[in-house]
Amino acid sequence: MILRRSRLLVALLVIYPIAIALLIGLAISRSPARAHVAILDETAPGETVQVGGEHVAVNQYVRQLLSQVQAVEVSSRAQAVAKIQSGAVIAAVVIPADLAARLASDVEQARLEVIYNGNALEQSLVQSTLNSALAKANLGFSEQIQQAAAGAIGTLLKGGNLATIGAPENLIGLSEIPSTLGAIIARQPRGHDRSELERVDAFAGFAAQNLTLAKRVLSTISQPIRVKSVLLHGRRTPLNTFAVVVAVSVSLMFVCVLLASGAVALEREERALSRLIRGTPGRGGHLISREALLAEKTLLAAGCSFVLAFAMLAGIGAFVALDWARVGLWLLALAVAAVAFAALGVAIGALVREVRAASLLAFLLSLPLAFLALVPAGAVSSGFYDVIGALSFVFPFKASLQALDAAVNGASPSIGLSVAHLAVLAAVFGGLARVGLQRPE
Amino acid sequence: MSAVLSVRALAKSYGGLQALREVSFDIHEGELAALIGPNGAGKTTLLSIIAGIQGPSAGTISRAPGDVGWAPQYPALYSKLSVAENLELFARLEKVSDPRAAVERMLDQTGLRERAGAAVGRLSGGNRQRVNVAVALLGEPEVLLLDEPSASLDPEQRERLWEFVAGLQAHGTTVVFSTHNVSEAQRHAGRVLVLADGRLVFDGAPRELLAAGGEGDGGDLEGALVRFLRERASSCTRAGAHPGAEL
Repeated sequence: MILRRSRLLVALLVIYPIAIALLIGLAISRSPARAHVAILDETAPGETVQVGGEHVAVNQYVRQLLSQVQAVEVSSRAQAVAKIQSGAVIAAVVIPADLAARLASDVEQARLEVIYNGNALEQSLVQSTLNSALAKANLGFSEQIQQAAAGAIGTLLKGGNLATIGAPENLIGLSEIPSTLGAIIARQPRGHDRSELERVDAFAGFAAQNLTLAKRVLSTISQPIRVKSVLLHGRRTPLNTFAVVVAVSVSLMFVCVLLASGAVALEREERALSRLIRGTPGRGGHLISREALLAEKTLLAAGCSFVLAFAMLAGIGAFVALDWARVGLWLLALAVAAVAFAALGVAIGALVREVRAASLLAFLLSLPLAFLALVPAGAVSSGFYDVIGALSFVFPFKASLQALDAAVNGASPSIGLSVAHLAVLAAVFGGLARVGLQRPE
Repeated sequence: MSAVLSVRALAKSYGGLQALREVSFDIHEGELAALIGPNGAGKTTLLSIIAGIQGPSAGTISRAPGDVGWAPQYPALYSKLSVAENLELFARLEKVSDPRAAVERMLDQTGLRERAGAAVGRLSGGNRQRVNVAVALLGEPEVLLLDEPSASLDPEQRERLWEFVAGLQAHGTTVVFSTHNVSEAQRHAGRVLVLADGRLVFDGAPRELLAAGGEGDGGDLEGALVRFLRERASSCTRAGAHPGAEL
């Protein structure tokens, strides 16, 4: 009845899942695959870097870089700065005019200039985005240089035209020298000349072997390490669907804990609690027992937030590919998580005397718990992570997240474990709420 | 007259604090009895134990908590619900056989029919207190306990409340109320129970308390009470006993 009277609350309960589902769905489905970055290319058109007998075009590097980001080409530094300040791009990369000269130089490293703006979070995003883009561009460019160098080494080994580096035309290949020289040595009488020729022959054979090795080394150092990923448990969870699970879990938690804590605290605030749990005139029993009151508040909050969370999940499902064949597991996870959150809520509500205090306490408790549950192992010291783990274990957020992740994505741990964990937490918080409700008004 | 409520040797302690000590009295059918005394004397504690809000440390009460109507000092109502909704909700919770009829009866009895659809939070203090009392009467109890019913009401609201309470008594309901306002007890109660330091130190008609405090009929009951308590305190000090040691 009170919910029906609180039109603002009912409106919020209806609008909230729709708005959040739309926002998350659009954010995930419409987010640009690549960051918008302004590119100012100051190099001369057609400029190349010479490697061995090959010329590698500098604009190849620019093209590599452009392919890693959503490039917005600009013609001047001022235009680049203006685009950053307007928010059209997250950063600008200036490819300086002396890039080719520095690449060709033995002593100076080629440098790019990155211009960006914004707060620490935006700066971190720019750095990680550009570091990744530049690493890929560098890799592509080094592969081209490696191919040019390998071509030059191949010509040195097999013979041919190396005129571009000032060598005579139709050079004999280094690998051909041992067989050619061997035939000449065989015709030479024993003596000093033959010994000298044999030394030259040995050097040519050794040099050819090592140049062959160098060619292989070149291909290795262009990408020395490749990554093979092995997931120990469960299915790999796509980041998009994990984001959905986090969003739904956070919403479920806030709505459920706030509703349940507020509903119980309201009984004290309206001073109705003592009237409800004392005897009934003419009948001698309670109007409602403490246990029944808590169960009613728990189920009301859990029911409302369950419907809201499922609506949210279904709404986001319009944007993100979710496996609807697992909908039974979604419902199980959402229902048990809602009951656990509601039990936490009624425990908070039983501790305080005012709805505002209950809401504040619920918010102050829920927000850091959600944050802590998302801290990955290795991001903090092991001791602190153990503390976080213990805290997350005794509150329902992490278990709910795991249950929903298992239900939606088939991630580990299994949904059975998480559901059992949540059931235990619901019983514990229900017990605490019962103790809290024992206090006189 | 037969006793409709008997309290025997009632005691209540909170840790080392003795809030009630050996309190015994009978309330008879149709009485309108006032419970008076200084702050901290134990008036609210006594009523809340009879109402079943908290348990006694010792002693007995003849009626089960559920057999008395109880209206707390501050209205225990849902402010967002209307008068009729509050009455119907509590009637249903009390499993009254015909909740709608009970609501209609209470709206007539309290004179709040015109405000039946108004949210309780928007009512005046006096009307809220009427609804508070009406909820206590839903189960048609023989005994009604009112804890400081006129506190926070203006004179006109108080007057209307007492007219309402007098109407209840006229219909046979036994009423026990606590108050700080001794003149209210003098005007409306047929009997006063004086609590001091957790002990029942006087039980009698208002005129008997006037006499005990050195006042004649129609005198100042508040002055008489103050003098009575002072004389009792000094006589107990002379005797080396607790000020409220004997009735």
